[in-house]
Amino acid sequence: MTRGNGPPGLAKPGWDVIVTLDPRGTEKKGGFMNHRSWLKAFALVAVLSIVAAACSNDTGGNNTGNGGVDCATVEFGCVEVGADEAINLGAAQVISGADSTLGQDQVNAINLALDYLDGTFDQKNGTLLDHPVKLTVEDELCSAEGGQTAGTALAADSSIVAVIGTSCSSAALGVADKLLGDKGILLISGSNTSPALTDPKLHNPFYARTAHNDRIQGAIVAEFALDAGQLGAKTAATIADESPYTQGLVGAFEANFEAGGGTLTGSEQVNSEDTDFKPVLRSLAEQKPDVLYFPIFVAACTLIIKQAAEIMPDTTLIVSDGCLSSDTLKNAGKAADGVWASSPDLSAFQTDEFYSGEFIPAYKAAFGSDPLSVFHAHAYDATNVVFDAIKKVAIKNDDGSLSIPRQELRDAVFATSGYKGVTGTITCLPTGDCATDVKIGLFLAPGWPVEGGKGDTSAKYTDTKSLDDVL
Amino acid sequence: MAGTEAPRVEAVRLSRFEQLPWRRIILVILGIVVIGVVAVGATRTLTLAKADGGYSAGAWRDFVVQGAAQGAIFAMIALGYSLVYGILRMINFAHGEVFMAGAFGSFFFADAYEKSGFLDRDPILALAIITAVAVGISVGTAVLLERLAYRPLRNAPRLVPLITAIGASLFLQNTFRGFFGPQPYGYPKPVVLAGNITVLGVPVQRIQLLVLVVAVICMTVLQWFVSTTTTGRSMRAVAQDREIASLMGINVDRVIVITFAIGGVLAGIAGVLYSLTFEQVQFTMGFRPGIAAFTSAVLGGIGSIGGAALGGFVIGLLQAVGPPLILTGFGIPSVFSLRDAFVFLVLVLVLVFRPGGLLGTGEAEKV
Repeated sequence: MTRGNGPPGLAKPGWDVIVTLDPRGTEKKGGFMNHRSWLKAFALVAVLSIVAAACSNDTGGNNTGNGGVDCATVEFGCVEVGADEAINLGAAQVISGADSTLGQDQVNAINLALDYLDGTFDQKNGTLLDHPVKLTVEDELCSAEGGQTAGTALAADSSIVAVIGTSCSSAALGVADKLLGDKGILLISGSNTSPALTDPKLHNPFYARTAHNDRIQGAIVAEFALDAGQLGAKTAATIADESPYTQGLVGAFEANFEAGGGTLTGSEQVNSEDTDFKPVLRSLAEQKPDVLYFPIFVAACTLIIKQAAEIMPDTTLIVSDGCLSSDTLKNAGKAADGVWASSPDLSAFQTDEFYSGEFIPAYKAAFGSDPLSVFHAHAYDATNVVFDAIKKVAIKNDDGSLSIPRQELRDAVFATSGYKGVTGTITCLPTGDCATDVKIGLFLAPGWPVEGGKGDTSAKYTDTKSLDDVL
Repeated sequence: MAGTEAPRVEAVRLSRFEQLPWRRIILVILGIVVIGVVAVGATRTLTLAKADGGYSAGAWRDFVVQGAAQGAIFAMIALGYSLVYGILRMINFAHGEVFMAGAFGSFFFADAYEKSGFLDRDPILALAIITAVAVGISVGTAVLLERLAYRPLRNAPRLVPLITAIGASLFLQNTFRGFFGPQPYGYPKPVVLAGNITVLGVPVQRIQLLVLVVAVICMTVLQWFVSTTTTGRSMRAVAQDREIASLMGINVDRVIVITFAIGGVLAGIAGVLYSLTFEQVQFTMGFRPGIAAFTSAVLGGIGSIGGAALGGFVIGLLQAVGPPLILTGFGIPSVFSLRDAFVFLVLVLVLVFRPGGLLGTGEAEKV
């Protein structure tokens, strides 16, 4: 504080007069804002109450129920669902952008699972342990940034019991799985297939998935390409993008293709936002590969299909489920004819009475179209696995409320064994993979099993493998 | 205060070490390293056997044509950046969205014409109308931007219009997203533009040939316009010194609007060409070409028309020919994954040696 001369006309500064500001300037301005000291106290109270509200937890209450679980002391605590409250199920799915069909399809399936809680598909949700279930959906944008946003939003909501998601592996790996795992919230995915997510070195203990591990899919695609009765390819080239999903598939394909006697002539990487792939394709075309495998997402894959039709017309193109969408067929048009797509083969459960007799008609009735993508059944199974686990571990309190211990819920899901889901038998491994025997099919465009697919949409080649069979 | 003497200055003797022209020495060494890397890489690539990953003559031809076609589109968008910078000393970051608006707007006409068959019955007239629509929307967007976002900030510190431009860019992107949705729309291509055509023995895609021809014509017309017509001379005058130009009786506001309009015309034409090449429009389509065009303008010398054109073609060729030519020789397995790194490294090196860009004055200019 400097002690110069004070404002003119006022008391001279001395040891007993500390001049801070010219009080003449502060008179009569602002009216309401004039009561500064009152305002400061009010602001302080407002800020403190906002902070207190944000930091409050629902994990108060000492409920020691049947399981002997003391919610106050157990790690990660319990989710308290009040007597009149709904059980809050979260979902982190991509519902906007070029890949929205992937996420919207799964959100629809989750809603069908809520419907089926009462035992029928009547477009009226049932109840779980006498509580209704509500769904909170966050958009994960099929990217790490989106996974960060969605994960943060869901992790901050302490009423969320578990999250069905994410759609894309890039939103989960190291992002949503960590954000939710740090809070003890179980993340179970119906469509993440990147091997990295269940790699023993990288796996988050609160992450599981009912979708297959792409080491299986990559191996089956390589087997299909090498098979003399199918493509009989000797050489192959691959294009990957920066996402873990693509990297996992391309890695598995390359390892199995070379182990099976094939030669890899080129392995390129592009950005998923690029539009001009002509130099890359021309470069790969030099070595004249028999097969080009590019398991990337819809936006880039449509462009590659169109450009490859002109640059490498003699090379067979193979994509995977990231591109298997109605948008691809629509935008690529005639250029998409003859493109192979690998994907979980739903025909395995299409013969199942429940799937074809009840689930698909209910889907059409509720949402007005055939399923948009191929992971709806996996999301449905994931939701039901979570519901089963909640039924096993939830503590019913005397006042009608529920306490769901998070760690126990996770353990119950990971203990799932021999569960008969729509997609097959679900047995969860400690590393998070719950799909056991995985059937992958290869579909030839325009006969893709999506909205807009024409002709025979059954798989032209299928194989079933489990994790132990592949590299 | 005490004394009023001037502080004493003593001559400082620099040591031998400090006397050396360090900047020049480092530049020379850097230059030798760069030339060495390029030469070694290129020679090794060109002497690679086909089986080891070498490229045939046909591949090089294709790379050059692809690069030139991309570069032509970048050049046309870059001209918009350069013109506006020359006049206003401001980077119009929303120019990528001006490009996108024209392309997106023309989509609806193109789609309707394709469905009714008009596009294939009379492609020239149909494309002319589609281009006119694209140009109209781009010019409208550019002029509105100038009037609403930039004119009020004519005298503001340099940073303010820059931030406004970024804000305008986001606004336009999300407006289009809100109206038309985030998904890509398939843009039709008339049958007459499909397939290849052989020019001087080189097989070229018809659309690539169209892009190159249209771009060269546009740039020639622009060069004639700026150097010959009165309006062009007014533009050059305003670019040189705005105040004196207004004192000489030039309507500065009108000249600035015309500059934005010309940028819009070029962006609109580029939008149609880009959509015909990639057969797809999406609300994010302006972002990447916008950055590439801005880079081209800076590389060639921001503010200069020839610089923008040259920079566009250089960037286009670099991103198509550079990685295969130079990086393959070093045994890098996936050369195109380093494409963006390569292009921006070249940009940095060019700016190190010529801070004003390739056709600039050789001196840096603060933006």
